[in-house]
Amino acid sequence: MISLTSYAFVSMMLFSIGVIGVIARRNIFVIYMSIEMMLNGINLFLVTFARYHFNMDPQVITVMVIAIAAAEAAIFLSVIILLYRSRKSLDTDIFTTLTQGEKS
Amino acid sequence: MSTSLLVWIILAPLLGAILNGGLYFYHIKRKAISDLTFSLIGTITPLISFLITLSLFLRMNDEGIIFKQELFTWLSIDKLNIDMTLLGDNLSIFMSMFVTFVGWLIHIYAIGYMKGDNGFGKFFAYFNLFLASMLILVLADNPIILFIGWEGVGVCSYLLIKFYYGNAENIIAANKAFIANRVGDFGFLLGVVTLFFALGEVDLSFGSIEANVANASNELLILSGFLLFVGAMGKSAQVPLYVWLPDAMAGPTPISALIHAATMVTAGVYMVARFHFLYSGIEEIGLFIAYIGAISALFAAVIATRQTDIKKILAYSTMSQLGYMFIAVGLGFYSTGLFHVFTHAFFKAMLFMGAGGVIIALHHEQNIFKIAQHRAQLPIIGATFLIGVIAISGIPPFSGFFSKDAILAAAFQEGQYLIWAIALGTAFLTAFYMFRMYFIMFVAPVKHKTQYVYTSKTITIPLLILAIGAIGAGFLNFPAIFGGEHFVDTWLAQLNSKTIHLSHMTEYILMITSIVVAAAGIYVSYKKYAKFDVSKPEEEVGLIGNKFYVDELYDTLFVQSSKKLSTFIDRVLDDKIIDGFIMNTSSNFVNLGKKVAMIQNANVRFYAAFMLIGMTCIFIYLYITLGL
Repeated sequence: MISLTSYAFVSMMLFSIGVIGVIARRNIFVIYMSIEMMLNGINLFLVTFARYHFNMDPQVITVMVIAIAAAEAAIFLSVIILLYRSRKSLDTDIFTTLTQGEKS
Repeated sequence: MSTSLLVWIILAPLLGAILNGGLYFYHIKRKAISDLTFSLIGTITPLISFLITLSLFLRMNDEGIIFKQELFTWLSIDKLNIDMTLLGDNLSIFMSMFVTFVGWLIHIYAIGYMKGDNGFGKFFAYFNLFLASMLILVLADNPIILFIGWEGVGVCSYLLIKFYYGNAENIIAANKAFIANRVGDFGFLLGVVTLFFALGEVDLSFGSIEANVANASNELLILSGFLLFVGAMGKSAQVPLYVWLPDAMAGPTPISALIHAATMVTAGVYMVARFHFLYSGIEEIGLFIAYIGAISALFAAVIATRQTDIKKILAYSTMSQLGYMFIAVGLGFYSTGLFHVFTHAFFKAMLFMGAGGVIIALHHEQNIFKIAQHRAQLPIIGATFLIGVIAISGIPPFSGFFSKDAILAAAFQEGQYLIWAIALGTAFLTAFYMFRMYFIMFVAPVKHKTQYVYTSKTITIPLLILAIGAIGAGFLNFPAIFGGEHFVDTWLAQLNSKTIHLSHMTEYILMITSIVVAAAGIYVSYKKYAKFDVSKPEEEVGLIGNKFYVDELYDTLFVQSSKKLSTFIDRVLDDKIIDGFIMNTSSNFVNLGKKVAMIQNANVRFYAAFMLIGMTCIFIYLYITLGL
């Protein structure tokens, strides 16, 4: 029997890797994938506790999250295409048009 | 006794000023109006004033009454009540008599002098306003109303000095006159305020001041007497506030005549005489006034000996004569001082008008040596000028002798021998420089043949009338030792002036001394200047020629230092310290803003990290507070 702690640990690992991916990586696709990874980390966490407490509510939320993530993927990918068309690049650091201070 | 006539003495020239001013605007904007209209309005209004004054004078003489006219309450604040009340007592009627008369003659003279000038109407408007202001000053029943007139003459002198405002020098001269007067006016106003508190905040009419002056503390009275005299120093051009008077010669000559003879400069003497009840109680200030008068008299006379501009010589002689007047009023001989004001009005107006006649005849030449080089025959002007010069030099039986000799005798009797000696020395210098001017202008030999130049009747007739005054005015206060009656002293008995009661022998000796001194001045002048070669004019050089460098001194002391101060305030205090502080604060905020703006650097990853930190913080907070 795999303990609850292991499930929680894996889901937190997934979330943390996602966070680090968002912060540390520059490629916009990798950032997108990291965001998905964070979502899935949360999903795993919810499902685990749903099973543990025999409560179906978290599973409803999980299905909801997956549906929204799918919709989000459609928008995200189209935005990435537009960004790529305007700058011919996938590096997030060059999309600084909305900056206020000196360009960094 | 109340009367409704007093106000018309003031209103007549005031209405004349308004009418002339309005017509002048019409004249320049719409349709030309002839000079005749302006001059009629301008000359009739002072005549009306004079006739009203004369009728009041005659009634006063017959019935021995004092006129008073209450117009309205001007201000009423708590205990301070300022009524617009006019007072026609012996002093003010005496003053306004000759102010309106001499003023009227100068108005007539101005018709001839200003003929063809573009600003003819404007000139008469200002002129009438000047006279009206002076009459407010003279007829006022309390110091505040007096101050209105006091300021009025200051403004009018400013307007008239810069009458030819095309010339930058005239504007500087006008500003100088105005600013020097402001210094004095400030003193005057402070003096009135001090007096108000010294008297225990009573109402400020001259009558109630006189009634309450005995109860006031002596120190405050001394202070207020001094401050009031500072005002007189400015207005009557005494050391050290005299600097504006010579420069005021920039205006047309009738203005100089009006300022010097009838209005403005005599205001200071009049004011001291008006406050006689105050000054007779504080002898220290009286003595101070007398010394200032003596110093001014001598100082101006010394400067006048080296001047070459005819009007400036006359200006300094006015200052010198005003010094005599202040000697008299300072020592408590108010009626003697006012008598000198009275005689001085005649001969000084005449001298200025004569000078103006010469200046006009020679096409605006003012240097006496150049006037001599282009000499023309001006018989009436020459004769009246000689009368004026003799009168001011103090040769009997011309009017100047009687008034000046009375002042000398007064100083002698009071035991102020230093003042007496200074005044006597000044008398010598006066005779010297006045005859220097006369000899150079009319006597010194010239090479060319002189030609007769026609002088307008409006110039000569006032001159002749004034000449009669200059000769005869002295007999109004004929010394008792010659069996004369002191008409002026008797008329001004309300001033409680001291009277001269020297032994006859002393009085004779004093008279002979002053005649001899004046004659010596004339003799020295004759020796030096009667045969003077006018083709080699004297220059205004040396210490005296440069007026003791007082203008330069004042320039360094006040003008340059205040410029330095302004530069300091502008460049250091304002730019560096105040602006520095404010700009520093603002730039600090700007820099802080830039630092904060760094957060919004549009770096997506940075935002994400920031959000994460924020969320973490919130969770930690929730964890701690909710104790989960």
